[in-house]
Amino acid sequence: MKKSNLVLGLGALTALIVIVTIFRGEKEVVEIKADGITAGFVYVGPVADAGWTYEHDQGRKAVEKEYGEKIKTVFVESVSEGPDSERVISQMAANGAEVIFTTSFGYMNPTIKVAKQFPNVKFEHATGYKRHENVATYSSRFYEGRHVLGLIAGKMTATDTIGYIASFPIPEVVRGINAAYLAAKSVNPNVKFKVIWVSTWFDPGKEADAAKALIDQGADVLMQHTDSAAPMKIAEDRGIYAFGQASDQSSFGPNAQLTAIIDDWAPYYIKRVGAVIEGNWTSTDTWGGFNTGMVALAPYGKAVPADVQVLADKARVAITEGLLHAFTGPINKQDGSVWLKAGEKADDGTLLGMDFYVEGIDGSLPQ
Amino acid sequence: MDIGLLASIINAILVASTPLVFAGLGALIQERAGVLNLGIEGLMIVGALAGFATAVANYPLIISVFAAALAGGTLASVFGLLVLRLYANPVATGLALTLFGLGISALVGAQYVGQAAPKVEVWLIPLVNHVPIIGQGIFSHDPLVYLSIIFAVGIWWLLAKSRAGLVLRAVGENHTSAHVLGFSVRGIRFLAIIAGGALAGIGGSYLTLVQTPLFVEGMTAGRGWIALALVVFASWRPLRIIAGAYLFGSVSILQLHGQAFGISIDAQWLSMLPYLVTIGVLVFIASGRGRSHSAPGSLGITFKESR
Repeated sequence: MKKSNLVLGLGALTALIVIVTIFRGEKEVVEIKADGITAGFVYVGPVADAGWTYEHDQGRKAVEKEYGEKIKTVFVESVSEGPDSERVISQMAANGAEVIFTTSFGYMNPTIKVAKQFPNVKFEHATGYKRHENVATYSSRFYEGRHVLGLIAGKMTATDTIGYIASFPIPEVVRGINAAYLAAKSVNPNVKFKVIWVSTWFDPGKEADAAKALIDQGADVLMQHTDSAAPMKIAEDRGIYAFGQASDQSSFGPNAQLTAIIDDWAPYYIKRVGAVIEGNWTSTDTWGGFNTGMVALAPYGKAVPADVQVLADKARVAITEGLLHAFTGPINKQDGSVWLKAGEKADDGTLLGMDFYVEGIDGSLPQ
Repeated sequence: MDIGLLASIINAILVASTPLVFAGLGALIQERAGVLNLGIEGLMIVGALAGFATAVANYPLIISVFAAALAGGTLASVFGLLVLRLYANPVATGLALTLFGLGISALVGAQYVGQAAPKVEVWLIPLVNHVPIIGQGIFSHDPLVYLSIIFAVGIWWLLAKSRAGLVLRAVGENHTSAHVLGFSVRGIRFLAIIAGGALAGIGGSYLTLVQTPLFVEGMTAGRGWIALALVVFASWRPLRIIAGAYLFGSVSILQLHGQAFGISIDAQWLSMLPYLVTIGVLVFIASGRGRSHSAPGSLGITFKESR
């Protein structure tokens, strides 16, 4: 009796787990048949996340539209980083994909490993730093967008206080804070940045609490480097301004959104898939900004006055044409030591490893 | 510090703590009946979705809360069937419940991402809302904040003063004795599971209706686990759940304000705090000095009627 109950219980549990697995819904790629070539995409989140993965999927759709009959695309969403991703990537390669885009940092080692097993397949890994003869890497210079956001924020704040919700003190996030601060300071010498580190990429409740804390302490423009739209929604409810993250978030803040940094992967994906079709693909390392179209801005919100729009547009154009660099000296580090002399531009190496605040930002970087 | 800021900090603390009060009470009522349910996180998020979906469809708040309770209670009843009727391992089933809740809410909830729910109205408590600081901090909230306190007091009264509560505790302390006395152990536990699921669902809905307020998958972000830790922290007493939840809410909100003031605190330590305290409480109980604070005797033990 006891045993049969145990079996029954385990059976029920197994059934539940099976149901869960089905509902969690990895849509496995089964077969690939196409006249042209096939491009595969591996996503870390669901395509409906209204952020990071959503934009990669928009890029995939742009590739389909561009090449029509010549291309077929497949994707697998919500693939967890680690061993599971290796299985998905190698299955995609085995099923005949000619080029595979793996779109999260944690896919780096699995991508390299699978690439060695499939030397004829091209791999493209986003935000990583390991390359191979058939593995290219790509990322975007989001700090260029942050520069323009900083200009707008500096102009729009009435309290001279900008609230910044930050995730983790990695170079990319620190770079964004510094770029935005320097730009805001250049148009508004009294501006202060209040930075809150929430130690998460995604916790809408915590991001909302951080947004409220910043507003309660006088911030009237919010910037964020976390993934949810919660701060935008709070900004809308409290009647202040904010900037969208990764995607246009005006549906959460029709009055609050001043603009948004949009990760536009379409130009890069179209170019790289085109290279595969024409047979001249090589392993490259791309770090593209406004000039490649990989960083874009959402339309300005109705609160942004015409002169601020002109100022922002001018900066965007100057950066695009290479006339302006977001980090141009003289810039001191927070401790007062000289980082860049007058007219000197930051080199990519320093930017990629940035682990210090610039002079004028209060507080210390968490370790 | 100016008075307005102090009042908004207190206000934010109550808002951040309320989901934990509901979910903590939901876990507590089950544990007092001897049921260990690790699925609180999953119950919270289905409640969050149900509450949000009804709010988006412009139903009044009371319907949203009811929908959240219904969703949490329904999912909890599945757990009840598996654990009580089919004798599935409660720990594994609870974990599966969490995964299931997160998965199904993501699937069904995809269409609600990016939508906005109407703002929940604030109820000003007459007279006292004019008192400086606490008027704005404590007596100017949405009805759910008041409801959470009423529930905590109600559950305290139920467990400590009523016959039904006595029976529920008896089942939790020693299910064999309760069975011998003629009480339906499984029936009572099933009711406790449904009530607990409903409470966790309401707790989740507070996130999507008031605190955040929007829906995205996985947005409970570990609050269900904090609620479970709170039950131990509160040594299985309903009123201490309020104290624990507010303490935890205070720590997380003050931490954010501290950073904005330029005082750096290692956020990681603060995230660890509730769990460290929980471990401390467990050690205290195990040392024997905290006997009267210990867990219900039959907690997590499968009950089978002898046939």
